Amino acid sequence: MSDEVRIEVDGVSLPARKGQMVIEVTDEAGIYVPRFCYHKKLTVAANCRMCLVEVERAPKALPACATPVADGMKVFTRSERAVAAQKAVMEFLLINHPLDCPICDQGGECELQDLALGFGGDVSQYTERKRIVQDENLGPLISTDMTRCIHCTRCVRFGTEIAGIRELGATGRGENMEIGTYVGETLVSELAGNVIDLCPVGALTARPSRYTARPWELMAQEAVSPHDPVGSNLYVHTRGGKAMRVVPRENEAVNETWIADRDRFSYRGAYAESRLPRPMVRDAAGQWRETDWEAALQQAVAGLQALEPSRLGMLASPASTLEELYLFRRLAEGLGCTNLDHRLAQGDFRDQAQAPVMPGLGMAPAAVEQLGAVLVIGSDLRGEVPLLHLRLRKAVQAGAVVSAINARDYDYRFPLATDLRSADPAASLAAVAQAVGEISGKPVPRPLQAAVQGVSVEQAHIAIARSLLDAGSALVLLGNQIQHRRDGALVRALADFVATATGAVCGRLEVGGNSAGAWLAGVLPHRAPGGQAQTPAGLDARRMLTQPQDGYVLLNVEPELDSTLGAEALEPLAQAFVVCLTPFVSERMRQYADVLLPIGTFLETSGTYVGLAGQWQSQAGAARPLGEARPGWKVLRVLGNLLSLPGFDWSASDAVATELRQRLGAVGPVEPAAPQVLERDPPEGGLQRLASLPLYAVDSLVRRAAPLQATVQAQEARAAWVGPAEAERLGVTAGGRIELRTEHGRAELPVHVHASLAAGCIALAGGIPETADLGAWDRPVQVRVLAAEAPDLAETVE
Amino acid sequence: MSTELESPADRLSVHVREEIDAWVRQYPPGRQQSALLGALHAVQHENGYLTVTLMDAVADYLELPRISVYEVASFYSMFETEPVGRHSISVCTNLSCMLRGGDEVVAHLQHKLGIALGETTADGRIYLKREEECLAACAGAPMMMVDHRYYENLTLEAVDRIVDGLE
Repeated sequence: MSDEVRIEVDGVSLPARKGQMVIEVTDEAGIYVPRFCYHKKLTVAANCRMCLVEVERAPKALPACATPVADGMKVFTRSERAVAAQKAVMEFLLINHPLDCPICDQGGECELQDLALGFGGDVSQYTERKRIVQDENLGPLISTDMTRCIHCTRCVRFGTEIAGIRELGATGRGENMEIGTYVGETLVSELAGNVIDLCPVGALTARPSRYTARPWELMAQEAVSPHDPVGSNLYVHTRGGKAMRVVPRENEAVNETWIADRDRFSYRGAYAESRLPRPMVRDAAGQWRETDWEAALQQAVAGLQALEPSRLGMLASPASTLEELYLFRRLAEGLGCTNLDHRLAQGDFRDQAQAPVMPGLGMAPAAVEQLGAVLVIGSDLRGEVPLLHLRLRKAVQAGAVVSAINARDYDYRFPLATDLRSADPAASLAAVAQAVGEISGKPVPRPLQAAVQGVSVEQAHIAIARSLLDAGSALVLLGNQIQHRRDGALVRALADFVATATGAVCGRLEVGGNSAGAWLAGVLPHRAPGGQAQTPAGLDARRMLTQPQDGYVLLNVEPELDSTLGAEALEPLAQAFVVCLTPFVSERMRQYADVLLPIGTFLETSGTYVGLAGQWQSQAGAARPLGEARPGWKVLRVLGNLLSLPGFDWSASDAVATELRQRLGAVGPVEPAAPQVLERDPPEGGLQRLASLPLYAVDSLVRRAAPLQATVQAQEARAAWVGPAEAERLGVTAGGRIELRTEHGRAELPVHVHASLAAGCIALAGGIPETADLGAWDRPVQVRVLAAEAPDLAETVE
Repeated sequence: MSTELESPADRLSVHVREEIDAWVRQYPPGRQQSALLGALHAVQHENGYLTVTLMDAVADYLELPRISVYEVASFYSMFETEPVGRHSISVCTNLSCMLRGGDEVVAHLQHKLGIALGETTADGRIYLKREEECLAACAGAPMMMVDHRYYENLTLEAVDRIVDGLE
């Protein structure tokens, strides 16, 4: 039987599918029916009643969002009865709504304002007093004016259905019904900002941009988020060339209609005080002075030309555009330098010759929803790739079996079939590999034999192995934490085997929105653009910083925060000639750099990002670079010209991408090198540090976005996390303070006790100034208790 | 974030937990939200009113988001979220009772006890509920409910007798 039916709307016959609601059919046909509570990504609530339409033979008007189609149904959206119903509902909705549009941030883009004009009456019969609702403090990202709320419950449904965190609700009833958290708590979802877009009125607005611009003054410019490899599509709203706010740009294949708070509010970092507005050079006396571009570039070129290319190290941020990265590569080629890398966050380079051409998911993000089984290893999914976490959540809702091997509970918003707690992922994965080998009959390959030797295979390992083997389609997903680890190569090799033997895809997540682009463009010491091996290989990111070079070129890099070496990474820089292409200047940069060239942030440059599925997404450049900053690709182009390197004459960034594309097209299939023998290296005694880049410390821009730094998540990342057993052993409780020492330096942090952390572990974020002096992330940590308990509340109240 | 080491569910008494368990068993597995009303009644019966801590405890015990417990507790007028007197009196003032003198009963009680609707007597003995809509006893109008017991066909003398008999 066919699912096709036909309905007639306003006299026009339209095709529809059984089970569709009338509003879906009218939306597809471009017939507008007014609505507040209906949203195509949320369940139907039918509580605003704005979408009332007349349906033939129905005794009264029906809500189009909750009326299923039937063959031959006749719908009238603008008939006298429909219009009367809509007018009445509008009058009702406006009963308690304040007429404060002139001071409301939503004014000009308000659905209520628009629909009141389009569908409301001119006069209200209501003469009574309007009610007032107390506002709630929902944190640094969202402003509330709850008197304006019309109870559509979109924000409530978003939390329940999409984010998987039910924090908002409707309390009270009737006249006293209010939307809020009831207890006045801050929203801690990494996606909370989406309720700003969902709110059809001005009840929930963006706090950082509040009262700063009117919608009609803003220009919407397309952009792509550089903070994670999802590459969420954005609109940057600018006024006079300045980014005033960021909102999602719908792209079903990438970010649907959502973006993470990190994508939404990072733009504030671009206007931080530490922005570098003009080129600066260090003069002969060692003093910093501002100068013009020409003088700064000349000083950079003179310094670089005086260096032996093999004694030069070049490091780029994996959040750079593809064009910047490719030009960086070209610059290195021109200079004859092979010490080139973007993998500052990587801890183990032993397997770099075996790596695929680029990291990624191995499938489209949307395809994740259809997977039968997933194994996640070492990933704070919500922090690393918030929107991929949403896709996984949908997969679980559709029946996927998802398991994880993590050092702590990362509070995924979906149930895990097997939740293996392990501070040694190599050992756990070796056991899974062994189980897969035994069940499937495919032996663990010889190079990994030593690693699986003697592991004890338990029920959990077998369950994970079976889930992957039994699923029609499966994914083994390696998180950023595997990239950071000193034994990452072994984990990756084991994951590759598990994936191959179970018919799963092996996906790799790496730090930065464009690490795939960096691999493609050849910002690597061992590969040319496209992935062809390059011999002899130069120094990788870690060796470049542990074996001092004479000079460095840094592209939007803050080594003490971006590198797994922490502040140890700065030691070789102090002695060397350092050119920084950077949007920001820091105190530490002033100490090690010699030339500072101001470049634009992602908001201020055209460019391309390569996403999780290898898709290229380009943007034109939304805002005007601050001060005299210029897009990175232009600065690199001029540097190339001043160094008299051939072929550095592009007039637009797309020409750079085109050249890279041609070069990639000429590269034949790449054969990764044969696997090597890898052994398990049991962790040393003492406190083992679990380090990673937390949600709001992933790159230089995010680190400077004040609203994000004020969130609960950012504050929690600035603490030392230990398990209850460890806390007891140390004699410290939550809120106490400890001093941490390594052979390199010290840090002082408050203590956060987290039930899921294994004994012998201490989670200390990287990427934050508080822990930089501890040096390399894998150094053993000594702890001394400074205060066993949280200070008295009275003392902390300011 | 669920980082607390001690579950607030531990704050429920053994008796309350048993009662909640009995309610949970009435519904299919996974539908423990249906036991919420019964659970809140049990907690309120023991504590007199619902605190945020107790509501959190119920939420954690039933594995529900905390806000969904606040929603229910704040929606139904039979749940108190502020401290109230030992005895709760609700006088119906809806149509049938209004026609038969419900408003006089309210006025009499307010005068007698020296408190307004929504207040508790100084000795903590009696709480006058702010507003009660129809309690479905129109045939016996005017009526009032004292601690879940219905008193119908009220006269002011009967009200005095009932109220004076409360401890």
